[in-house]
Amino acid sequence: MNKVYPDARAALDGLLFDGMLIAAGGFGLCGIPELLIAAIREAGTRDLTVASNNAGVDGFGLGVLLESRQVRKMMSSYVGENAEFMRQYLSGELELEFNPQGTLAERMRAGGAGIPGFYTRTGVGTVVAEGKEHKEFDGQTYILERGIVADLAIVKAWKADTTGNAVFRKTARNFNVPAATCGRVCVMEVEEIVPPGSIDPDHVHLPGIYVHRLIQGRHEKRIEQRTTRPRPAASA
Amino acid sequence: MPWDRHGMAARAAAELRDGMYVNLGIGIPTLVANHIPEGIFVTLQSENGMLGMGPFPFEGEEDPDLINAGKQTITELPHSAYFDSATSFAMIRGGKIAMAILGAMEVSEEGDLANWMIPGKLVKGMGGAMDLVAGVGRVVVVMDHTNKAGESKLLRRCTLPLTGQRVVHRIITNLGVLDVVEGGLRIVECAPDVSEQDIRSATEARIV
Repeated sequence: MNKVYPDARAALDGLLFDGMLIAAGGFGLCGIPELLIAAIREAGTRDLTVASNNAGVDGFGLGVLLESRQVRKMMSSYVGENAEFMRQYLSGELELEFNPQGTLAERMRAGGAGIPGFYTRTGVGTVVAEGKEHKEFDGQTYILERGIVADLAIVKAWKADTTGNAVFRKTARNFNVPAATCGRVCVMEVEEIVPPGSIDPDHVHLPGIYVHRLIQGRHEKRIEQRTTRPRPAASA
Repeated sequence: MPWDRHGMAARAAAELRDGMYVNLGIGIPTLVANHIPEGIFVTLQSENGMLGMGPFPFEGEEDPDLINAGKQTITELPHSAYFDSATSFAMIRGGKIAMAILGAMEVSEEGDLANWMIPGKLVKGMGGAMDLVAGVGRVVVVMDHTNKAGESKLLRRCTLPLTGQRVVHRIITNLGVLDVVEGGLRIVECAPDVSEQDIRSATEARIV
């Protein structure tokens, strides 16, 4: 078994095809698989449907696949940071399926867990519920949401051992776990690949069973909203 | 004088109880964190995957792996915990979060909330707002009572696409505090130098 590939292009070899569904990890620009996104841009795969909480920003993250018109449809909860996205959407070039954030996460989790659909109160009485099955449980109305199984999951972790057991850092875990589990194939990029035994088995966030291919690389890790507070005056 | 942003945030902070797990929305609700009363321990949830959200970092200590749901850099606290997005919304949908304090564009007298979309104008998305209002124990809305044209934002019926139907429990505006009750809104409290009559004349929703 070898899951480790030399770079993003090699790791995606044979996995990409026009019209495919890709699930991507990340929240805003935090924990996004930036190297794999860049390699998909290079590959030029078209008519993509991308399930991702956000759509990157102009020029970074999934924004680069929008600029190159490789995306036909986004499944997202929030796309407010991307002007090119807005332009393509309002002009009808890009299809958009808004999903409440928790519904999107659970659709990925369910898809990866072999659950084809689930009922949720989220979105009842809103446009999100239109056309979906409604069902009452104990006097409450719920709507049916479908699990997502993606042709490919692209995710980013902090480090992983060579078998794919992965650890995330702080809030960069976000959608990377549910996205990884819902891919028929999952390719993961990490900041560091370590030998088996280097990660305490009790501390694995995502077991290697979900990870099929693995690369290590240098990440820009851009900050979207840099907010700080003043330091207290140094006491003399 | 009606409350300003900080006055509204301080009033909203008075809703907090010791031991609560709370989610604060973007905008004025974020300011609530600066007004948590002395002696009350609350844990702030950030729906991108954190409990125990700390303040903004000092300059030079920003960490791209540590942000809040508004994508701002933040810090952790000794009792912080991280988790993935599915787990985060499981605790929201599962009713484990006691309260959400959120902004709004419109609220109806039945407690309908609109805060995510203006058709043709603003198409950003609902983020986690629909999950929050459907799942948490109590929804407190903090908003201006009227729009820039002076028209009530507390309406008989919302005109904008809904975030949730019959989900709001309490509304804190610059003019006062109102509860959603059977038949309409009930005035709970007036801001300093604001009368019940001031609130009534600024409100389209039925006041009972």
